[in-house]
Amino acid sequence: MAAVEIRDLHKHFEDQRAVDGVDLSVDDGEFVVLLGPSGCGKTTLLRTIAGLEDPTSGEIRLGGQVLDKDVPPRARKIAMVFQSYALYPHRTVYENIAFPLRAVHMDDESIEEKVRWATGLFDIERYLDRYPRHLSGGERQRVALCRAVVREPRAFLLDEPLSNLDAKQRTTARDELKRFQNEIGITTVYVTHDQVEAMGLGDRIAVMESGKVRQFGTPHEIYEHPADTFVATFVGLPPMNLMERADGLSREGKLAGFRPEHFLPREAFPEGEDLRELRYHVRRVEYLGSERYLYGRLEGHEEERDNPVLARLPATLRVEIEGGRSYDFGLRADQIRYFDRETGRKVGSADGGTAE
Amino acid sequence: MRLPFASSRLPARETFADRESLLAKVMLAPAIAYVVVLVGIPFVLAILLSFSNASAGSLSFDWVGLANYSVILGDPTFLKALLNTAVITVAVQVLVVILATAAALTFREVFVGKKVGRFLILLPWAVPITLAVMAWTWIFDSTFSVVNWSLKVSGLMHGWLYWLGDPTLGLISIIIVQVWRLFPFATVIVLAGMTSIPQDVVEASIIDGAGFWRRLFQIELPFLLPVVTVAVLFGVVYTATNLSVVYLLTGGGPADSTHVLATLAFQRGIEGADLGQGAAIALFLLPFLLIVAVGMLRVARRSEVGGG
Repeated sequence: MAAVEIRDLHKHFEDQRAVDGVDLSVDDGEFVVLLGPSGCGKTTLLRTIAGLEDPTSGEIRLGGQVLDKDVPPRARKIAMVFQSYALYPHRTVYENIAFPLRAVHMDDESIEEKVRWATGLFDIERYLDRYPRHLSGGERQRVALCRAVVREPRAFLLDEPLSNLDAKQRTTARDELKRFQNEIGITTVYVTHDQVEAMGLGDRIAVMESGKVRQFGTPHEIYEHPADTFVATFVGLPPMNLMERADGLSREGKLAGFRPEHFLPREAFPEGEDLRELRYHVRRVEYLGSERYLYGRLEGHEEERDNPVLARLPATLRVEIEGGRSYDFGLRADQIRYFDRETGRKVGSADGGTAE
Repeated sequence: MRLPFASSRLPARETFADRESLLAKVMLAPAIAYVVVLVGIPFVLAILLSFSNASAGSLSFDWVGLANYSVILGDPTFLKALLNTAVITVAVQVLVVILATAAALTFREVFVGKKVGRFLILLPWAVPITLAVMAWTWIFDSTFSVVNWSLKVSGLMHGWLYWLGDPTLGLISIIIVQVWRLFPFATVIVLAGMTSIPQDVVEASIIDGAGFWRRLFQIELPFLLPVVTVAVLFGVVYTATNLSVVYLLTGGGPADSTHVLATLAFQRGIEGADLGQGAAIALFLLPFLLIVAVGMLRVARRSEVGGG
């Protein structure tokens, strides 16, 4: 087990900058998620750590050791789980899991012991004699995890390991993965484009876009204090509302942002709170069972497409709302975030207190 | 609401090209005619001939049962030819598989001159067999052999090798030429097979700590097995039935020691005019080749399923 230090890492494919100056430090035993849209360089970054790609420039350290060209993948003692699981189809589950141990010439007895230990962690002992083609997606995923942990790697790299599972399995697998990581405490770097996975699993999240890390922080920091408009709109479902101008919100040259779940009917707030009151024209109400999404615009904005505003009302809020009418809505002043209109970077909040 | 681009035209009437069952028959017909006329009829004829005393000099065609077969089975030249065929076929396949895999591994890497190399390696395949064998007879010539000359000049050898004049060296010469002929085709097949190896599985094995040999033997070769089987199958049939290389290189000599079934059948049946015996010799390997073909196809299918 070891900490991962990445300094000014670049990986260019001809003129395309897949990884464009990344600094990242993952503490020993920490679970870090690389989150970003497809093509943002997160997988390339992971492959570079694994040694499958040589960096164009920059430095990667694992437990203090510099991982450069002289340290081939097999000498790094890093395990990786691929999106497709990449099991060896012509080997049984047992032989799949034993493969990394055989590669270091471990004796049969110790191999057997290790494989039993690893399969016990994931509850797949009964599949040891089967071939991967006879397993379901969830079982294959566990075999892949077993193969990764069996040799007790210094770091654990996961490339979208849950994306081939259906929604239900994914929730269980997420819980299992987190519990197991807590148990064995291996430094983990996890790549995903799914923000629910990222928020649920990560001790810290690095949000990436076009080869750069836009923000690196705890799920709470990422969600509550996004560093720029990209993070603000990429994280959060539905995304943060960004307003160019709105009475009571705007400041010169700034964008005002607020989360849909903080924008609620006036009567939902207790008296005496520091509120911004806004007149909200609701175009359509979407009923989703546990919540309602409202689509509309602030009054004073004639064209919704320029400045759409979404509100997200929990089912516990039993206010009658209909499409095509306007209502009094409110927003707590300390929930408003400001971004520079030119750079998109965060600037001090309205109450001036939460800027980092 | 009416969509702006919705077409109101109905599809045209059925044409000849729409009638797939008829089209299939028409397009298959030339191939079937070709196989029947040029393969099927001679094949049936050969089977009939092998049970007769037909000769090239007369019109007699009498049924003699298994007489031709019992004669050749008692003939030491035939038994030697049978053994030669087996030895050459097996040795050639082993060498071709090793060389083709090595060449394919080389051509998978990125290096300067890769395209030129790949073109050159395909040449033996494209050269007409007679021309190629002529060149090889010169290479192995008892007086002007460039192999001997090179070995001598480089100080590796002191005596003189009579490549085509010695039974063992003659067989080795045949094996060398056959390997040289088959190797390009096998390389192309293995290269094609390599592109079908899933890259992430190979990368997983790299991260799991497998070195070059472990990766080759435990990960890549199992994936290549079906395609190598096909290459070997073609190779076996090609080598076991090949006439021209042996006929042109040694002519079965010295003293009938390097005959294979095809050359012996040609000598007895065509040159010696004993059509019945020639057919019997030529057909002798058929059951074995059928077994080889069926067996290999089964291996190929099984490992394909295993890879899924």
